Amino acid sequence: MVNQTFTVIHPQGFHARPSKLFVEKANMFPCKVTLFKGEKKANGKSSLGLLTLGISAGDEIRLETDGEQEQQALQELGQMLTKIYEE
Amino acid sequence: MSHMLTGVPASPGIAIAKAFRLAPDESVPERKAVEDSAAEKKRFMKAVESAKTDIDQIRQQTLERIGPQKAEIFEAHLFLLDDPDLIDAAMEQIDSEGVNAEYALHEVASGIMEALRSMDNELLRERAADVKDITGRVISKLEGREHSALSELSEETILVAKDLTPSDTAQLNLEFVRGFVTEIGSRTSHSAIMARSLELAAVVGTGSEASDIRTGDIVILDANEGTVIVNPSNEQLEEYKARKQAYEDYKILMRSYVDQPSVTADGASVELASNIGGIDDLEKVLSNGADAIGLFRTEFLYMGRASFPSEEEQYSVYKHVLEKMNGKRVVIRTLDIGGDKELSYLQLPKEMNPFLGLRAIRLCLDREDLFRTQLRALLRASVHGKLAIMFPMIAVLNELKEAKRILAEERTRLDQEGIAVSDQLEVGIMIEIPAAALAADILAKEVDFFSIGTNDLIQYTMAADRMNESVAYLYQPHHPSILRLVQLVIQAAERHGKWAGMCGEMAGDSAAIPLLLGLGLHEFSMSASSILPARELVSRLSKQEWSVLAEKALGMSTQQEVLDFVNQQLRSEA
Repeated sequence: MVNQTFTVIHPQGFHARPSKLFVEKANMFPCKVTLFKGEKKANGKSSLGLLTLGISAGDEIRLETDGEQEQQALQELGQMLTKIYEE
Repeated sequence: MSHMLTGVPASPGIAIAKAFRLAPDESVPERKAVEDSAAEKKRFMKAVESAKTDIDQIRQQTLERIGPQKAEIFEAHLFLLDDPDLIDAAMEQIDSEGVNAEYALHEVASGIMEALRSMDNELLRERAADVKDITGRVISKLEGREHSALSELSEETILVAKDLTPSDTAQLNLEFVRGFVTEIGSRTSHSAIMARSLELAAVVGTGSEASDIRTGDIVILDANEGTVIVNPSNEQLEEYKARKQAYEDYKILMRSYVDQPSVTADGASVELASNIGGIDDLEKVLSNGADAIGLFRTEFLYMGRASFPSEEEQYSVYKHVLEKMNGKRVVIRTLDIGGDKELSYLQLPKEMNPFLGLRAIRLCLDREDLFRTQLRALLRASVHGKLAIMFPMIAVLNELKEAKRILAEERTRLDQEGIAVSDQLEVGIMIEIPAAALAADILAKEVDFFSIGTNDLIQYTMAADRMNESVAYLYQPHHPSILRLVQLVIQAAERHGKWAGMCGEMAGDSAAIPLLLGLGLHEFSMSASSILPARELVSRLSKQEWSVLAEKALGMSTQQEVLDFVNQQLRSEA
């Protein structure tokens, strides 16, 4: 299991489009993907989970991956948390 | 008896037709014990697959009827029907509680909708409607019912509903549906957004009053004003028929100006630009055919968060806007905070007179660190389009020189780091303090452009707080004193070969545009929705004629005299 904390910068927060792209990417990895914001956590393969986490610009999100390809998943999904999306 | 209700005007237009009441589906599936969970899960997955087939069909239809952007809603719906927090969770309930699929799905979906509705973000709250839409469809499948009653329509109709789901909206039969009224919802609801792209009149959020409207009632829907008249009188009907015609003629006229250049009747070119407060405003800027962005307020980057935005974050936003504008000028104003606009993480002492205190450029020169971060982000973004940097609240030459010195330092630093900066970059200032307007000739040598911020300029010239109702009468954009200051600024710019623009509300005011044009203003920056009316107006005006008329107006005694004069001239030209 590996984890790392990222700061989200997409100005509208991590909603419709970014969360969809994130989940699509997460589903490409066999490992478990979990996001933590403070006390709350969400399944990284569920867009509903991501939405209810309520991620805004400037939020620090701890990303945890567990299982096969966890290292690569952490790196690639971490990148997705820290970019700006075309809405 | 006719009666009127009001709501949020969500999509403009006027419609007159019979109402069709769409009954809400508030039923809660019955809880039943199921022994063969495996078979129940199979039945559930079959319903989910069948719902997916339906949604994919609606997606196709929407793609053809409305376009790819709206079809994305249904891609998102398909995506939700794969979501483990919904589907896997429902399957688990079927197993663990030994219940029927309808009930399990309803339970899981209710929990998710509850969570979404409790978020302090309107867009997220709206997503609850998506969950409701798709689970309703799956439950209908499980119960073997048809999902929508809208296919029965056969005459011109205004739909009345508690709420419309995205799939209801996308499937509206545009042959018959002329508009809709919903009890709940806001301007950002899916149904409101889709109504705007379908150009369908819509009033949302009327509250429960609309629940009294019955199928067959005659309804006037004035979605420009947000009013709904139920069973109108004959006079009301006649009045609104005329209004509807006038509005439709006007709309056609306006659309014809989208791709037109902004040119006066005597062939002078001006720039009709738009003010924006964030990335979300870009779509309207582009769809209304703006020539440029004349004011990009960067405060949104700093507000509603816990710490300063990083250089990287700002760079991405500026780059995005510059690229979207595709070579058209983007004037980005550096941070205009302090005074009444506070940041929780920037601990500023309370001031007696915030509007006369440490704000905007004064604050930035005091807190150089945060100013430098923004300037670096701007300089780096400059290579992605046509950028103009604008400093707000300049009162005296030294402030401008100081700001420019810091900008030059950051530029040199970037050069040394090997990071490219555009050499087409323009630097200008806002003129919103009378001292700057009176000394515009002194400042002109140091800038590429001026942009007159009328809201503050009027407030400072009249010494009248624009938030204070008791002195609101002093907000007089057309007063000769203001017009004379504007003239000073434009003349100073002209004499030094610089351009002058305006980014206050006055720039989009149809009674001010002729005068400003006559005074020689080059750029008019306004809200996106004012651009087409302004372009139409400008095309009817002669710059030469108005330069004579404006000179006359400057010699008048009161704002009223000026306004009467302008309106009379406009009428005689029409």
